[in-house]
Amino acid sequence: MTRERRLSWINGLLLPFLNVLTAFIATAIVFILIGVDPIEATKILIYGALGYDEGLGYTLYYATNFVFTGLAVAVAFHAGLFNIGGEGQAYVGGLGTAIVALYLNPALSAWIVIPLAISGGLLFGALWAIIPAYLQAYRGSHIVITTIMFNFLASALMVYVLVNVLREVGEMSPESADFIKASWLPFVHDVFASFGYKIAKSPLNLSILVALFFSGLVWFFLWHTRWGYAIRAVGKSNDAAVYGGINPKKIIIVTMCISGALAGLVGINELMGVQHRLFLNFNYGYGFGGIAVALMGRNHPVGILIAAFLFGILYQGGAELDFELQNVSRDIVVVMQGLVILFCGGLEYLYRPILIRFLAPIEATE
Amino acid sequence: MKNMKRSHFSGLLKKTGLAVIASTFLLAAPIAQADGHVKPAVVYDTAGKNDKSFNEAVYVNGVMKFMNDTGIAVTELEPTNEAMMEQSLKKFAQRGYSPVIAVGFTMANAVAAAAAEYPDTQFTIIDGVVDAPNVQNVIFKEHEGSFLVGVMAAMASNSGTVGFVGGMDIPLISRFECGYKQGVAHADSSMNVLAQMTGSTPAAWGNPTKGGEITRSQVENGADVVYAAAGGTGIGVYQTAADMGVLAIGVDSNQNYMQPGTMLTSMYKKVGLAAYESFAAAVDGTWSGGFKVNGVAEDGVGAAMDEYNADLVSSDMLAAVDAARAGIIDGSIVVHDYMSDNSCPL
Repeated sequence: MTRERRLSWINGLLLPFLNVLTAFIATAIVFILIGVDPIEATKILIYGALGYDEGLGYTLYYATNFVFTGLAVAVAFHAGLFNIGGEGQAYVGGLGTAIVALYLNPALSAWIVIPLAISGGLLFGALWAIIPAYLQAYRGSHIVITTIMFNFLASALMVYVLVNVLREVGEMSPESADFIKASWLPFVHDVFASFGYKIAKSPLNLSILVALFFSGLVWFFLWHTRWGYAIRAVGKSNDAAVYGGINPKKIIIVTMCISGALAGLVGINELMGVQHRLFLNFNYGYGFGGIAVALMGRNHPVGILIAAFLFGILYQGGAELDFELQNVSRDIVVVMQGLVILFCGGLEYLYRPILIRFLAPIEATE
Repeated sequence: MKNMKRSHFSGLLKKTGLAVIASTFLLAAPIAQADGHVKPAVVYDTAGKNDKSFNEAVYVNGVMKFMNDTGIAVTELEPTNEAMMEQSLKKFAQRGYSPVIAVGFTMANAVAAAAAEYPDTQFTIIDGVVDAPNVQNVIFKEHEGSFLVGVMAAMASNSGTVGFVGGMDIPLISRFECGYKQGVAHADSSMNVLAQMTGSTPAAWGNPTKGGEITRSQVENGADVVYAAAGGTGIGVYQTAADMGVLAIGVDSNQNYMQPGTMLTSMYKKVGLAAYESFAAAVDGTWSGGFKVNGVAEDGVGAAMDEYNADLVSSDMLAAVDAARAGIIDGSIVVHDYMSDNSCPL
């Protein structure tokens, strides 16, 4: 194996694996400190997330959200942009979906309504990202700052819309009316049932196919199209891209629109797939989780699918832990996620020098 | 550590091995076992059981009290998102827990879904309404209790102006406000009521700083008694009232002890007791679906009197409150319910 190849193995596979493992060891120590048997806890977590079809359904349902936001962060990252605004883009994207799914003629066929509602999410997510993109490209405001601020703006906007516009008279919770039936994405258990297979009910719905489709699309777009090449060129070296005839300003706008649109798809899963209405904070945590998923997945769609699955396991398995063990509070799930993010994001290159030294030392002659 | 690593990755990578692991863990999975046949459970809302307000009232006066009195374990869960509410209700039902108490109106959708799927499980929702035969809806006539404290506020005020600080701007809180206004007007029709809401999202239940600011502005505009129906936000209201030397009225549980000397009374709403009674009814076998309405007549709501506010409450005031209570019970006083038509006559 050449050194190049060994390096890519180290960066792509070995490092994330070791990072996740370290995070789990740290979690085990926390468990021991609060008097929970870590082996027992792991068993519950794994069984709860993967061991029976309802649990697996929940895991994949949570993972679907992380695929969308993970892809969003990854696309932006390839252009050298750190999109922290997934949370807000997902939120506003949900509004786009909801507008279509609430006000379209209920008599229309699902084949028309569903694509339109998905487009609504894509469009509104993109629109929410275009202003920070413009400010970065043409006014030099840093994308990290503006996208963070846009999360707060999104939150304020959604509160206003839900409380003052979409809430029905006499309703307590700030939430919209139910979406028209034609916009409901079928649940996976219903699809299976129509083929004669009976599986347990779970919120898992066909948006997981949408997630897989967009993962493939992102892969094709980034590595097999001109624009994808331009995005990666800008990310690798702005000056070289300019020399190559690429306009980085335009690329920033395009990339952020794609990134925001992908984040805007969270609403497909949460709203069209499961809750069938718009409500406050349906996006909670998925936008930020997407950053960790993209980091762990090395900004590659395949890696993101794996990392999103891991986060799905943490979400569902963590909920199961909370359910089974009365001395584990729901906050332990946040601790576990925090440790994964810390070791996969913050301390990403912790083991890199050691690994390179032993596995891929610089050789005088190859 | 080694074990943990191995089991984790076998779960991830080898689907075939999963069934074996699964069957092993299924037996090992601890399930909270209760004495007898009643296995009660409670699902709080996303604010959590230590929210210093509504959920905590259920936890302290309902769940803990029931566990201490009967020795029957109550299994608790605090969901973190919308999907988890329904998931946990269904899971409790599936594991044979009953009754399952859902705390707060945000749970209504989840309870409706779970109750339809598990018709044999007894569900109780506090403060919400779900139309199903196996759901007990515990609701309170907050307007009646607010009417009583409104009477007291009007009598305690010297300035002719009293204040109201609401939490989240929802019909339920408008019901408190409207009942309060009617009580104030009942005692003295020339009184002026200043009313404000803290916000329009659930965050408004936990914002004592803003509660304090609103109170300050109301006091500066002449109010000398301020009633807070704002969950945790109320803490700031009571503190500011004490600092500025005016009276405050607490809500939900008896909060008179929080600022002794400046707490005129509290509009208690016995949510904890309601939870307790629902558990107890299930033990006795007298649990039933439908509505459990707690008004002044049932002593589900009312004005709290104890040693902390004894010096503030005059005998005239006590007499007036008793008269109002009697009037509400015998029907000679009808307190308009804001939620019946989404409007307040005052």
